[in-house]
Amino acid sequence: MFAEKLKKRGEAQWEIAPFGKMRVPIIIFADEGLIRDMDEQVYQQAANVAALPGIVKASYAMPDAHWGYGFPIGGVGAFDPDAGGVISAGGVGFDISCGVRSLHTGLTYDQIKGNEKELADLLARRIPAGVGSESKLRVTSLEMDDMLQGGALWAVEQGYGHRADLRRIEENGRMLGAEPRYVSDHAKQRQEKEVGTLGSGNHYLEVQRVAAVYSDDLAKAFGLALNDIMVMIHCGSRGLGHQIATDYLAKMIKVAREEGIELADKDLACAPIKSEVGKQYYGAMCAGINCALANRQVLMHLTREAFAQIYSRANLTLLYDVSHNTCKVEEHEIDGHKKKLYVHRKGATRAFGPGHPSLPEDLQASGQPVLIGGTMGTASFILAGTTEGMTLSFGSCCHGAGRAMSRSQATKRWHGKDVVMHLAQKGIIIKGASPRGIAEEAPGAYKDVTAVVNATEIAGLARKVARLEPLICVKG
Amino acid sequence: MAEARWELYSHPSDIGVRGLGATREEAFAQAALALTSVITDLAKVQPKEAVEIECKEQDNDLLFLCWLSSLLYEMDTRRMLFSRFEIEAIEGGIKARAWGEPVEVARHEPAVEVKAATYADLKAERQSDGTWIAQCIVDV
Repeated sequence: MFAEKLKKRGEAQWEIAPFGKMRVPIIIFADEGLIRDMDEQVYQQAANVAALPGIVKASYAMPDAHWGYGFPIGGVGAFDPDAGGVISAGGVGFDISCGVRSLHTGLTYDQIKGNEKELADLLARRIPAGVGSESKLRVTSLEMDDMLQGGALWAVEQGYGHRADLRRIEENGRMLGAEPRYVSDHAKQRQEKEVGTLGSGNHYLEVQRVAAVYSDDLAKAFGLALNDIMVMIHCGSRGLGHQIATDYLAKMIKVAREEGIELADKDLACAPIKSEVGKQYYGAMCAGINCALANRQVLMHLTREAFAQIYSRANLTLLYDVSHNTCKVEEHEIDGHKKKLYVHRKGATRAFGPGHPSLPEDLQASGQPVLIGGTMGTASFILAGTTEGMTLSFGSCCHGAGRAMSRSQATKRWHGKDVVMHLAQKGIIIKGASPRGIAEEAPGAYKDVTAVVNATEIAGLARKVARLEPLICVKG
Repeated sequence: MAEARWELYSHPSDIGVRGLGATREEAFAQAALALTSVITDLAKVQPKEAVEIECKEQDNDLLFLCWLSSLLYEMDTRRMLFSRFEIEAIEGGIKARAWGEPVEVARHEPAVEVKAATYADLKAERQSDGTWIAQCIVDV
């Protein structure tokens, strides 16, 4: 029903003109191969988003788009508060501010070659990962609100990392607008033992080697060179974020009903930005963002400690930290006028181009580092935001490979131990408590991340800078 | 009457939990077993300590969601897994006891944490043969 309505608009760009209840078109960024394999449900979900009140320009799907709750994963939608626009808990997702942090270690492959196993064992011991793991850091109910207000800045003030880290984090490490009073006690209780934990599922900490450089200039600007050793941390706001989403989905379903907003799917639950519940969710979600930023800051500190124990020459500095499940108030140009919009990115990465005022001075010329996590057996990528991307997709691009098969299909096809052995032959050490959990995340269960990243570049959303290959993966 | 049972069902990115039983409460209890089996092998979880849970919602779908969300909250804050459930209907909702034990990573080998129960494929209703079904997709 949707596929035949697709019109090619450019290289790696497709459009479905509005029909039915859609207020704006759907724009999909993908090459021929990705569009051929695109799940029909992505179109349906993007069309549902296009029908929400106050949506501006288009409902976007990134090259790694796949089915999600309400909004597709890889979905981007911007809403105008002055035109009855909505904010949606389903447009952010259950893992608020899930994101990626990439660190330079100051080491090259030659310097760690031979003792990867020692490093893997140490990281696995130091990084709380998986179900039932706890942080050594306890956040009491009194400190909780400070953490939710302060984000990574709070973590630095507690002794986790340096002030210099903050400028390489979106929002300088602290999301303004957080309102901890709108976060439920249940959400806060879920977080007491979880600050500085990785979580599970597709979350991980990886030690990676820079295996290819695509742009010498951008690589230089990001301080990257071939064979550099990097660390990538992928995780989010843990139990607190999940509970905020659960709490506000229920509230928003009721508000949407009262406001006469038709929801094609309950997980699309939303409320007008200017409504009480809309404002409360925004405040709670910003607190969730700070929780994720604090979490990744603590994890980076634990990583620094582990490296310092083995390598006296290690110097872990932050390349960048960017989230891919958020709603942010941003200024964008609409019909020649600057407008404040609520931009939802769900499984989509902010990718601001050169000269954006939110970027630190030393990234002004290059554009924002965009961090794309792959699978534990393939590769991850570092890209840079572009000027064109700002108008093409509100400065957004893909976030990862995107699942190609269900968890149960994956466990039927692979055994965790075989996956670990197969990857060991390729020189990749996997650390994870559960063989089934490893099988569920087998590299073959994902789309081809290289195809996703190439389509992103061809579409003009971001430019490729470097490819990173995993050496050690501490699986959540 | 059909035997009470649970099952997991496939979903593109996540997984569905489903409980079937003679009553609403039985179907809810079965679905809770399915929820634990997403995380670990149910046979490995010993029902040592009980936790009390109460949920109130007018609508059966929302009541079911409240039940699973409450279990996730208890699992997360107590670091426990549950393997036995007793549920009774009360005015406007349910009152339940969930038996389980603290997570032991080496023994339970938990595969994945469930982030939330969702509205996707959510259904809690009496079927045409009189038995009850309770199901939804969970985000992992």
